[in-house]
Amino acid sequence: MSAFSTFLAPIIQFLIAAILSSTPILYGTLGEILNEKSGHLNLGVPGMMAMGGTMGFLVGYYSNNLILALLGACVGGMLGALIYAVLTVTFMANQNVTGLTLSIFGIGLSNFAGKFALSQSGIGTLKLPDEINSQLLNIPIPLLCWIPEVGQYFAVNIFVYLAVILAAALSFYLHHTKVGHNLRAIGENPAAADAAGIRVVPAKYLNLLIGGGICGLGGAYAAMIISGGVWGSNFVGELGWIAVALVIFAAWKPGRAVFGAFLFGALRVLRYHLTNLILAPAALVPAWDEGLSSASRWASNSIPVAIYDMLPFLMTALVLVITSMRKAKEGLQPASCGTNYFREER
Amino acid sequence: MSDTPLRMNQKEPLVRISKQAELSDKKRMLLRLGSLLLALVAGGLFLLILGYNPLQIYATMVTGCFRSAMAIQATVKIIIPLLITSLGVTLAFKMRFWNIGAEGQVIMGAIFASYFALFCNTWPHWVLVPVMLIAGMVGGGIWGAIPAFFKVKFGTNETLFTLMLNYIALYLIILLRDGPWADPASPGFPKIARFVKNAQLDKVFGVHIGWIIALVLVVAVFIYLRYTKQGYEISVVGESQATAAYAGMKVQKIVLRTMVLSGAVAGIAGMVQATGSDMTLAEGVANGVGFTAIIVAWLAQLNPLGILLVSSLFGLMEKGSSVVESTFKLSADSSDVLQGIILFFVLAAEFFIRYRFTFRKQRKGGNEA
Amino acid sequence: MSDENKIPNREDYAIECCGITKSFGTVVANDRIDLSVKYGEILALLGENGSGKTTLMNMLSGIYHPDEGTTIIGGQEVVINSPSDAMALGIGMIHQHFKLVEVFSAMDNIVLGVREKYSNPRKLKQRIQQISESFGLQIDPEKKVYDMSVSEKQTVEILKVLYRGAQILILDEPTAVLTPQETEKLFEILRRMKEQGCAIIIITHKLNEVMAISDRVTILRKGKSVDTVATAETNEKKLTELMVGMPVSLEIDRPVTENRETLLKVVDLTVDRPDGTRGLDDVSFEIKTGEILGVAGVAGSGQKELCEAIAGLLKVKTGAILYKKENIIGKSPAEIIDLGISMSFVPEDRLGMGLVASMGMVDNMLLKSYRNHKGPFVDKKPARALAESLVKRLDIQTAGVDMPVRMMSGGNVQKVLLGREIESGPNLLIAAYPVRGLDINSSYTIYDLLNEQKKKNVAVVFIGEDLDVLLELSDRILVLCHGKVTGMVDAAQATKEQIGLMMTGSSEKEVAEHE
Repeated sequence: MSAFSTFLAPIIQFLIAAILSSTPILYGTLGEILNEKSGHLNLGVPGMMAMGGTMGFLVGYYSNNLILALLGACVGGMLGALIYAVLTVTFMANQNVTGLTLSIFGIGLSNFAGKFALSQSGIGTLKLPDEINSQLLNIPIPLLCWIPEVGQYFAVNIFVYLAVILAAALSFYLHHTKVGHNLRAIGENPAAADAAGIRVVPAKYLNLLIGGGICGLGGAYAAMIISGGVWGSNFVGELGWIAVALVIFAAWKPGRAVFGAFLFGALRVLRYHLTNLILAPAALVPAWDEGLSSASRWASNSIPVAIYDMLPFLMTALVLVITSMRKAKEGLQPASCGTNYFREER
Repeated sequence: MSDTPLRMNQKEPLVRISKQAELSDKKRMLLRLGSLLLALVAGGLFLLILGYNPLQIYATMVTGCFRSAMAIQATVKIIIPLLITSLGVTLAFKMRFWNIGAEGQVIMGAIFASYFALFCNTWPHWVLVPVMLIAGMVGGGIWGAIPAFFKVKFGTNETLFTLMLNYIALYLIILLRDGPWADPASPGFPKIARFVKNAQLDKVFGVHIGWIIALVLVVAVFIYLRYTKQGYEISVVGESQATAAYAGMKVQKIVLRTMVLSGAVAGIAGMVQATGSDMTLAEGVANGVGFTAIIVAWLAQLNPLGILLVSSLFGLMEKGSSVVESTFKLSADSSDVLQGIILFFVLAAEFFIRYRFTFRKQRKGGNEA
Repeated sequence: MSDENKIPNREDYAIECCGITKSFGTVVANDRIDLSVKYGEILALLGENGSGKTTLMNMLSGIYHPDEGTTIIGGQEVVINSPSDAMALGIGMIHQHFKLVEVFSAMDNIVLGVREKYSNPRKLKQRIQQISESFGLQIDPEKKVYDMSVSEKQTVEILKVLYRGAQILILDEPTAVLTPQETEKLFEILRRMKEQGCAIIIITHKLNEVMAISDRVTILRKGKSVDTVATAETNEKKLTELMVGMPVSLEIDRPVTENRETLLKVVDLTVDRPDGTRGLDDVSFEIKTGEILGVAGVAGSGQKELCEAIAGLLKVKTGAILYKKENIIGKSPAEIIDLGISMSFVPEDRLGMGLVASMGMVDNMLLKSYRNHKGPFVDKKPARALAESLVKRLDIQTAGVDMPVRMMSGGNVQKVLLGREIESGPNLLIAAYPVRGLDINSSYTIYDLLNEQKKKNVAVVFIGEDLDVLLELSDRILVLCHGKVTGMVDAAQATKEQIGLMMTGSSEKEVAEHE
């Protein structure tokens, strides 16, 4: 291996790890963007992810079919979204409370269902069939994987490809199609959209449900890949809330969500790669070896691990404050977010 | 017009929503009770599908909580932090400040109190306990003040900001656990040392005195909101900040003050949980109580006496479900599911206070609440 | 989209409504209403606030659903379930509160929700410009709505309806936010549409406009259709009687007071809005005791900022506000209240400021006085007594002094608000749009209350929108335009046209030369 490749390898490995770590967040964020564009601040993302993930895992476990598992994950997330949509769109219930309840309910139901399946299985663990696990392995990225020496590192799993396609599709949908345009009008001013002849309620249901389905896929990533194919309680953890936070970071734009998610993902895996990253330049300039080694020792000894975990939240809090300080008129949360719409309200 | 505009014989939709006169208070209570029952029925159906006898499970939940003095004490221990935190978020919610950060405020209260429990534990007990209580309030209060400050200064969205603060607080515990506050007696497995006896809350009737603090707070919050000038100010600010400013109220000050109070009360919950229940500063000191408290406060319509009732009910469910788990091998997560179902039904029922479904043909009535 | 090929027959009815009934909860807003309009006709729908005009029109445009009754459009019975149904029937409504998406451009708003393929922007722009020209409208299709003035927004609303090829046009109080000159321009456009065969319904409560624009008038009173008359065969007096239900004098008193002294002097006042734009620009004037100073201006010309600056709610950039020769800038709102400056401020939504909607009368009485009681607790006894005495004295209709004020009618809410302010014995009373949304009888009660205060030597600032009322009630009128003072005139001598010109920026001198 050439010196240059030795230098590049840890960097590429870090980037790929960041991409993988960002993927479940990206799904949650894309789903929540659709929710908020419909005028609904849905704090139920963790719940929908949990429901989708569990459903996906269990369908995969029993059917041994990845496609069915992914569909199951979508349906699970949609079921959560359906509860939310019925309560907030039709019954006009408070969005914050409904969303939070959905999170508690969804995570509870997911853990409950998982443990129930576990007790039925008779053995101590729930493990996805090997066939599915092999389908979830990393797939080489075309073009990049043909680069000599370091090409082998360019490989990501099927979820990543799907997420990028989804983000592109959503971006096109929101900014270049008639229905997407209509949806943005609904999120900004449902009364205006309604008066213009847009069918507000069906559009809200549809987009909330699609959003829920996308969140469900994010949950499936957490349930099926992060845990290495073995079922574990509370697999969503803080991913759901990071996803909600990232929506602001991404300024409600799917394209920016990809980069935001990547950044957050990078922060989450940074601690595992920091030493190698610091040492990498030594491959090019051997003279730096000693200095870099001591720097990496310092970094791994004196930066507490908790700081890395805290960073995404600190950064989001900072972004929140900064966006509220600059008073722009565009690139903000859709104006009707948080309030429900009733046509005959006077 | 591309398609033909005139659609003869078109029917009106099968069902649509229309407004109705607001229901009286008595009818509202009945409505909520009804939805609670429906929720229990729905939960029962769920259990039935899984092959359990719902009546048996519900009965076990209730009897499980009361089967022994120890069970009752355990139930009360679950209720205490939930009750106190719910009172805390109520103060903020009354002002329509969406404080989703009670979880973090509980944690900060616990952290501040734990400092004294760990490092000042030789102080006389009767000095140490009040100091820990005040420290808990200060910790929670600071964590409540931060989002309030940015809200009044820049209009920063408090829902998401408080949400972020929850996790920052959580990782602060871990930061302390892994470094400065690590127990030297446990080198391989980082944890914070168990509090010495002197830094633990006393017990009355077998439960730490947190229950007395909680009951005092119920009365205090009730009086504060209903009868004091500051309570009146909170209601006005919650309704309309413009009106409050017009009336000469210092809105920014009121928002800050109320959020400090809201956080401080939640902080007490953290202090009580750490020093009375966990006897150490554990990662799971809040354990979702800050989120459940929001549901409790909402179900109780922000009424402190109602909160006492609802948090007791939730405590029963939580303790009961753990008894069910050991008896029927049914996961204790069922209590989260049940709590969710109850709130879903109550949220849906609120609809019928102001609206109703009108069906085609049948134009009058149609109120199926 | 083009409909030139099927202009309907002029004698055909565009709309025939029969027995339309609609209730909201216990309130019957429309009670068996009949109404009809022909193509090529302008019908004025006249009625007081709360008589059910908007409710009726909202049913034609698919926003509300009638409980009973039949609707016939172009000779065929229809059921209108949604705005898109209404649109498909060629009905377009321009709502009083514009239904526009603020962050979209004019063009995006105009084509919003139209069911056609996404055509290219250049063609769209051409089409919009073509429609604009044929009706004499002016618009920049790329401009964002949040950058637009009120009359520009209205133009977008009109274009939205025209773009959809509507032949039946409903306008809900379109002139409320316009100057007399802009109103005349709008009427010109409406007449042109009428010539092209459109059926037009215009909702209004201004009689002179009814006489100026309509062919026939349908009068609503308390949710019922009272009568329909040909405009040529009636007059303002007859219409008023039909609208109110009894003969009323439309004269407003202007009592004469003596010994006027300057109470408040505003000097070179400049104020920025919270969003950074200029709210008031170098404003100077004075108010005397025992006079009513009217303030005229297009909505958003600085009226709100003026009130808030005097009340201490908005930070003043430069200038001074001298109250009894003492500068009150920098004092807190509470201190200003204690000085005897009282403001009954009623912004867009009736209960937005001044009252707490979900509280009862008693708690609302406390709003400014709760501080005066010593100790940490609130004393409700005097507030209850005050509420009860106000109910009796001002004849306030309410189910009880603890009933939330949002459940009261507009007129009663206004009485509660003004009653509380007057009871506090102010020296300076600022009333912003105090009769907005009230029926004629309630409006006159409010005018009387203001005159009563004037006779007690209180300085009254009356911010109004109806120029006729301003001219009759005020002693002097201050005209604001874009935050600047464009005129201070003697109300007894000024004319509506003069004030209208000043409202759009002409200075007093220019107006005088114009005459």
